[in-house]
Amino acid sequence: MMDEYILQMENINKAFPGVRVLHDVSFSVKQGEVHALMGENGAGKSTLMKILGGIYSMDSGKIKVNGEGAAISCVADAQRYGISLIHQEICLANNLSIAENIFMGREITGTVKGFLNFKAMVSEAQKILDSLNMKIDARTRVGKLSIAQQQMVEICRALSTNARIIVMDEPTASLSNKEIENLFLQIQKLKAANVAIIYISHRMDEIFKIADTITVLRDGERVGSMTTQELSPDTLIKMMVGRGLKEVFQKVKLNIGEDLLKVEGFNNQYLKNVHLNLKKGEILGISGLVGAGRTELARAIFGIDPLDSGKIFIDGKEVKIKCPQDAIQHGIALVPESRKEDGLFLNQTVSFNTTISILEKFIRFIHTDHKKENEILDNYINTFSIKMSSRNQLALELSGGNQQKIVISKWLATEPKILILDEPTRGIDVGAKAEIYQMMYQIAQYGVSIILISSELPEIINLSSRVAVMHEGELVKIIDMETEEISQEKIMYYAAGGWNNENSK
Amino acid sequence: MKIVNKLALSDKSSNPVINYLKDNAGTLIGLAGLTLILSVTTTMFLAPDNLFNILRQVCTNATLAFGMTFVLIIGGIDLSVGSVLAASGVTVVILLERGMPCIPAIFIGVLMGAVFGLINGLIIAYTNMPPFIVTLATQMGIRGISYIITSGRSVASTDPQFNAIGNGYLGPIPIPVLMVAILIILSSVILNKTRFGRRMYATGGNIEAATYSGIKVKTVQIWVYTICGILASIGGIVLASRMYSGQPTAGNAYEGDAIAAAVLGGTSFNGGIGTIGGTLIGALIIGVLNNGLNLLKVSFYWQLVIKGIVILAAVYIDILKKKKNK
Repeated sequence: MMDEYILQMENINKAFPGVRVLHDVSFSVKQGEVHALMGENGAGKSTLMKILGGIYSMDSGKIKVNGEGAAISCVADAQRYGISLIHQEICLANNLSIAENIFMGREITGTVKGFLNFKAMVSEAQKILDSLNMKIDARTRVGKLSIAQQQMVEICRALSTNARIIVMDEPTASLSNKEIENLFLQIQKLKAANVAIIYISHRMDEIFKIADTITVLRDGERVGSMTTQELSPDTLIKMMVGRGLKEVFQKVKLNIGEDLLKVEGFNNQYLKNVHLNLKKGEILGISGLVGAGRTELARAIFGIDPLDSGKIFIDGKEVKIKCPQDAIQHGIALVPESRKEDGLFLNQTVSFNTTISILEKFIRFIHTDHKKENEILDNYINTFSIKMSSRNQLALELSGGNQQKIVISKWLATEPKILILDEPTRGIDVGAKAEIYQMMYQIAQYGVSIILISSELPEIINLSSRVAVMHEGELVKIIDMETEEISQEKIMYYAAGGWNNENSK
Repeated sequence: MKIVNKLALSDKSSNPVINYLKDNAGTLIGLAGLTLILSVTTTMFLAPDNLFNILRQVCTNATLAFGMTFVLIIGGIDLSVGSVLAASGVTVVILLERGMPCIPAIFIGVLMGAVFGLINGLIIAYTNMPPFIVTLATQMGIRGISYIITSGRSVASTDPQFNAIGNGYLGPIPIPVLMVAILIILSSVILNKTRFGRRMYATGGNIEAATYSGIKVKTVQIWVYTICGILASIGGIVLASRMYSGQPTAGNAYEGDAIAAAVLGGTSFNGGIGTIGGTLIGALIIGVLNNGLNLLKVSFYWQLVIKGIVILAAVYIDILKKKKNK
């Protein structure tokens, strides 16, 4: 039966100047199913969904909703057909209430046209919130909500348009585990109400937990669609990148030396008496829940957040680090969590981005040694096989994985002894992740010590030689893989504060 | 999506002149078109005297606009340049009339501009107040200082040596034009060739990333506002010399022309993008437009209306062009 499909996209083609992004892609979604759309960055997932949402126009192809041809040329068209996109970045006005955000652009007016009926909007919004078991007042300002709650407001907004097809693009990227559980609960409810959900995510475990059907795209073409039962994670990865899971984490033996960095009694508004040591050439994982103080520890070591008390030793000598310049001088480098906001100059060239921290090496007064600049750059491009069309390509045109390689290269160029990586693989696809892991091993083998902050436990467990677990600003446990066994459960036990009960026994 | 694996040396031509023409094609065509129309519709426009006159008039705006370009590149704005111009102008003339020799008087005038710029920079770097508000306030304050120094009256300059700066020639070239030529070279070198220049682009492009990269963004901000103040005071001194007087009302609303020149020349209001060469063309367009409308005997009131429309149109065309490239 044709009409069991709520959405059919047939033979969609789309090209941007010079690149073919989608090639004859067909994609069908049934009523009330969660359909995962998988593929590496650049595979064409987002483009396909933007065509569906009326943001891009297709070059050729057909879209059918409920079996009938649908002409979608703008966002309003898509909404009329019951299609709603929830973008990866939250698009809400922080200064307005939940109700105003939900009805933004479709405000309910009173008897006099043009004047708002705020009461009606609040009560309507409250109904939607209640239907999702959200115990929040619809008059609350969005800026006061947690990221997860904001995500839920986005979903409410989609529901308020009577959406029958909801597209969620990486909805869990900024959520904690508990918030993810809650989101999944809501998704189950939407399913029960016969809403179709198209779900984009890079997290394997999520997909297998929640999706009914999985469609994989690669290089703008459809590789295949299968039900989740038919697929194993390994086959899925093979479909996406053409190689298996074992090849993603290729263990490399590291030469670990003596203590290089010692942190003693770090205290500030985020950190409570943190002690930490880092050995030469090791990869030290730092795990913990969101808000446990991992990023804040990195920021404190790097001199961005001031300390109330605490000492820092490098090679056994105490050093003073008051600002990032001091940290850089002592051989510390920090690759921040959000590469687009804190790491990159998107409007500048690859060359500019890679060398901005080491201008002293090739610019003397008004003389720029372009040969030397290019040598430095080419060294990293070749070592880490960074893909770009030229040294003058703008950073914003690169894929997420290559952008991250540029940010890491920028820091390697300062020849650090200690490299802190904060969520280095967030939002990048499996293939690029594997390359970043390779890159980390290469760096560690070279004798650089790495502090790896990550929310992805497989990453922490497979890459680190020791794992430090943080909980509410305290470093509660360091697990040494040499002497102790490690598991995801063990890390979560400490991260969730399990040690507290242990102490009170 | 296919990614080109082979590394092209550069997708730009290695010839800087060709790059310059390519990057500024739109405004250059506009400037050429304007020149063509005016040479056909008026008899005077192409006369050498008139052309030198245009250049001389453009000099003040160009000087301010270079400073503005610096400030816009780091993601700021400076509304106080017109007031700094006036304050420096009157100060130098008063010092001269009290018998101070030319060189030290000018030095003090420039120093004054530097101090005002430094104040702007310090406040913006250390208080987190928006540059628009900070420099709006200093615009008023510094204007007030010029009125106080002069009791609101203009001061005539009788020093022939000083008056030669704005009105004299070196060979066939007016001295102010020569000065602007030097400023073009200096500013371009600072932006393109020095570490400081790159750090300016970095600060304006992404201040967070700049901080994480170990750039002292506060230092960059303070220096850039100081340089902008220095340039404004140079503009003020040349203008005072050209007018044979220091006027406390001088340079009123000049920040508008300076911003317009920079933006016409492709400087981004969001920071991180801008060139001196582009701003120069922007200043020339505004200068030619002013001169042409005068020659065509368009009333001053209508001139403002036309200038406003031209700026809107030019910036809109630029935005359309950039959209197309994406």
